[in-house]
Formats: sequence, C-alpha cells, structure tokens
Amino acid sequence: MSVIPRIAAQVFKESVRDKVLYNLVLFAVLLIAASYLIGQLSAGQDVKIIKDLGLAATQIFGLFIAVFIGIGLVSKEVERRSIYGLLSKPVRRHELILGKYVGLVLTLAVNVAVMAVALYAVLGYMSWAETEEFRQGWEASATDPAMLAAILLIFVQLMLVTAIALFFSTFSSPILSAVLTFGLFVVGHFNADLRNFENVVDSPVAASLARVLYYALPNLAPFDVKAQVVHAHPVSLGYVALTSGYAAAYIGALLLAAVFIFSKRDFK
Amino acid sequence: MARYAIRLQELTKDYPTGFWRPRAVRALDHVSLDVEPGEVLGYLGPNGAGKTTTLKLLMQLIYPTFGRAEILGRPAGDIEAKRRLGYLPESPYFYDNLTAEELLVYFGGLFGLTPSVARTRASTLLDRVGLGAERRRRLRKYSKGMLQRVGIAQALVNDPEVVFLDEPMSGLDPVGRRDTRELIRSLRDEGRTVFFSSHILSDAEALCTRVAITVQGRLVSTGRLADLAFEVQGWELIVHGGDSAALVGLGLDAVTTVSDGRHVIELPFDRPPDQVLPELSRLRFQVVSLTPRHESLEDYFMRLVARRQAPAA
Ligand SMILES: Nc1ncnc2c1ncn2[C@@H]1O[C@H](COP(=O)(O)OP(=O)(O)OP(=O)(O)O)[C@@H](O)[C@H]1O
Ligand SMILES: [Mg+2]
Repeated sequence: MSVIPRIAAQVFKESVRDKVLYNLVLFAVLLIAASYLIGQLSAGQDVKIIKDLGLAATQIFGLFIAVFIGIGLVSKEVERRSIYGLLSKPVRRHELILGKYVGLVLTLAVNVAVMAVALYAVLGYMSWAETEEFRQGWEASATDPAMLAAILLIFVQLMLVTAIALFFSTFSSPILSAVLTFGLFVVGHFNADLRNFENVVDSPVAASLARVLYYALPNLAPFDVKAQVVHAHPVSLGYVALTSGYAAAYIGALLLAAVFIFSKRDFK
Repeated sequence: MARYAIRLQELTKDYPTGFWRPRAVRALDHVSLDVEPGEVLGYLGPNGAGKTTTLKLLMQLIYPTFGRAEILGRPAGDIEAKRRLGYLPESPYFYDNLTAEELLVYFGGLFGLTPSVARTRASTLLDRVGLGAERRRRLRKYSKGMLQRVGIAQALVNDPEVVFLDEPMSGLDPVGRRDTRELIRSLRDEGRTVFFSSHILSDAEALCTRVAITVQGRLVSTGRLADLAFEVQGWELIVHGGDSAALVGLGLDAVTTVSDGRHVIELPFDRPPDQVLPELSRLRFQVVSLTPRHESLEDYFMRLVARRQAPAA
C-alpha cells in the first residue's frame, strides 16, 4: 500500500486533537446559532440573514483552518526537524506533500460538514417554529437543498486555498506563507477587475501585465455563490462542475510546483 | 546481495553561506569509504568534522555537490534501500502530540506493518530501550535522553539490515550510555550493519570492528581502533552494591551515584584500575563495567598535526 493514505490519516488524527481546530469549529457553530438571534431582530428577512451569515462563517472559519493548519503541515516538519525521521522511512518527497494535502482536505471536509449540519439545524428549527403563513413569504424554503451547491463550492475553494498555503510553505517561513496566502485570497476575489484594467489605463505595458496577472493569479470570486443561493437564483450543475474543474487544474499545478520545489530542497 | 552495505564514493558537500556574497563552505571533501555487511563502523571526528553531513547525504536529506552514496548497492534515497535501513538523527525530535507508542505505530505503518503488528513491535522496542513504562506519555513530556531512546527505537521499527546512528550516546546518562552500548552490541550480534557517529573515543572502543576518522571534512584514517595510537588518560568504572560512604574513604573524588545503587567512578591516569579494584572488592562492590577514557579526538589530532609538522621545522 502506498504511504500517502497513512500520512493523510496521521494529519487527520493530529488535527482532530488540535485545540485550535476545536475552538474554530466551536466558534463557527456558535456563530451560526447566534445568527438565529440576529435573524429574530429583522422580521421577514431572518431566513436570508441566517443563510448569509451561516455560509460566510463556514467560509471564513474554513479559511482559517486551511491557512493555519495548511502552512504548518510541511514547514513545521522542516523547522522542528521531524522531517529527518519521516524522510528516512520509505517515503518519497512527493508522497509526503500529497499525503499532507489529502489529510488536510479530509479534515476540512469533516469541518465543513459539521458547520453545514449546524446551519441546516438552525434553519430547520426556524422553519418548524414559524407559521405556514410566514413561511410563504420566504423566497426559498429554509432548508433549501440549493445551499448545498454553495457549501460544495466553499469546500472546493478551501481545497484551492489549502494548496496555495502548502505551496508557499514548501519554500518560505510560516509567517510569510500565511501573509502570502491571505493576500492571494483577497486578491483572488478582485481578480476580475484586472481583466478590465486595459479599459482604464493607456499604458500597453501595464495592460499586458494586468492580463498576465489575471491568468496567473487564482480567480476566487466564481466560487462565491452565496448571494444567488440566498435569493433563490438557481446555480446550475454545469456551473458547479466548471468551477470545480478550474479549481482542480489550479490545485494540480500548485501541487506539482510544490513537489518540484520540495524535491530539490536540502534539509539542513 | 550487494558487496558493500554502505559505500561512499568521493562524497563532497558544499553549503552555500552568505546571502549577499555567496560563498561555499566545504563540509565534506571527497570522502570514500566502504562498509561491509555485518560491520560496526564508528564514524569519528571532532565537532564540525562532517559526520552529520555524511549521514544526511546517506539519507538524501541533502544532495551531494559531488560524488555518490550507496546503501545495500542502491543509491541514497532509493525506496527499497530505505525499507531496509534505520536512522537515528542527531538530537532527534518527533511529534509533541504523539505518544512513543503512537509514533512507532505510525512509522511502522509507513513500512506497511498492520497496526496490531506495529503495536507489538512498538512495545518490544520500547521495552528494549527502557521506555516500557512511559510508552503512553506524550513526547512533549520527554526529556532529551528519553527522546534519544525513542529515536533509537524508531530506527529499529522495520527490523533493519543497516542502522545509522548519529551520536547515539549524546544526552544519555552513564547507565543510558551503557545500555546503548549493549544495544549496539546486540545489533552487531544479530548480524546487522551499524554505522554510528561519535566524537567520543570510548564509545567506539567497546563496539567497533573498525573506525573511520574525519577532520574538517576529510577522511584522515580508517582501521581498527587498537592500531591507531590513542593515549589512555583515565578510566570510567561503574560499580554496584557496597556502602557508598566507604568510597569516600578510598580518596576517590570523582564519584557520582546514579540509579539503583550504582556508582560511577572517574579514575585519573595515576590511579589505574588494578590499584583500586582489590580495595573495592574487599568493600563488597561489584564491578558493572570498566571503560578506558582516551585522549579526546581533538587531542589526537593536535598530536597528529604537531608530529607531522615537527620534522619540517
Ligand atoms: N546548514 C549549514 N549551513 C552551513 N554550514 C553548515 C551547515 N551544516 C553544517 N555546516 C558546516 O559543515 C561542517 C560539518 O558540519 P556537521 O554538522 O556535519 O559536523 P559534525 O561532524 O556532525 O559535528 P558535531 O560533532 O558537532 O555534530 C561544519 O563546519 C559546519 O559549520
Ligand atoms: Mg553532528
């Protein structure tokens, strides 16, 4: 059997024990529950607010988990030199990277699932507590299955962010990796603006630079379909598939680059 | 089967240093060395000689600038070779949150052992290095010497043919050093090849079939330790039983009492053991071990260098 599942399982086991992770998930679940109270304050709007806040909490806390655990996965092994023991086992360097990645994606999957269940539970309770008449006023049912599309895309986006964090951590310090990853996360949401850059500036150099950046930097805005889902605009299966395909290609390229850099490194 | 268990050919490593004006530091300079299966080789040298560098090259944790390293006839880093070797890194560190048992089960799994087989092996090995009672404690709470022992146990989890130990005695108390010496001896008796580094001669003395000595990245001599002339400067004597107060009466000043009634006595050069032993046995002490303390490798090299320079002057 390959060592990748073994390394992945170990990452999962260790992160389940991690207090930081517990606190993040607990906090996210509390926030989702609290959104119920906020929802109570705004009659009629409540179900939308809860959905919006709940999905945002899932994304942001997932982001923290992806970045903080993601950058530590490899760089901690190198910094604390536990990598000496690990690499002397029959483990190839690319297997180490892939095992770590798969393990964290698994951890994220469980956490996103926990948050999704919490969100549906709050919404389900709300639907049960309200009168039929009141429910009629909602654009989409409280436990609208279309929200799963939004949650799935959040998860795919987190997979991409994890790959970014892992990529940076193979060659830079944990702090720099965190800064770079958060930076790309923010830039990734405004990526579309780069495309329109050429209409704004005259300089052809600046315009082509913007074009290069547009294609090179990850485009994270398409993964965010919260608004559509909350307002009951359909998200097609094709759209989900296409966006996931983009993520898969980007993740593949990042992992390839991470493996390439990591395989050439000296561990001094 | 490969002719050599370990083979270094012209192995050379430069470390780049300095960010603005990069300059290479040569840590290892064309080292060639063959180790036969079943040999116990002491890889000796003073601090900074390049011992750790050599071991890291053998594990392919770093890549050579020039030359090559082979284990069991395969190039360093080869996965099949890694299945059959064990490695104790220098001042090892593993994972704080794991217990010793969990660590060994995880590493065993990387060799394809099932959890139950790995657990059995883990408990045997942890008993063997004297950590049986602490196996369920998190590594965070381990002392330096205990981590060193875990490091030795994890190096043996796959029942390796070739064992690499980087400073296996460092951080260990006298009893721990003696236990480790016995362990290495038993590895030798089991027919394994052992390659261990040290800067302390007495470690090598009791164990090695052969030593290789490096200074500043160069291999200066290889051979049986007895054939290389080191001066004896004293002895380390471990005794057991008897009355500790009586030791003071013998005028032995360097006495340390360690666990379960053992005393470690440092004998200076002018008190050879044959003078002291009759007295001790009269006082009903039993000898546990006696190890000569040689001049340090540094002193040896100073003498070597001085002797080389003398005829020219
Ligand atoms: N990461 C590094 N960068 C630059 N130089 C290094 C690095 N690691 C080791 N060196 C240099 O390489 C030489 C050999 O170091 P090495 O650690 O192999 O010695 P050693 O024989 O293991 O010493 P010790 O007995 O202290 O463990 C030393 O001069 C050291 O300064
Ligand atoms: Mg060393």
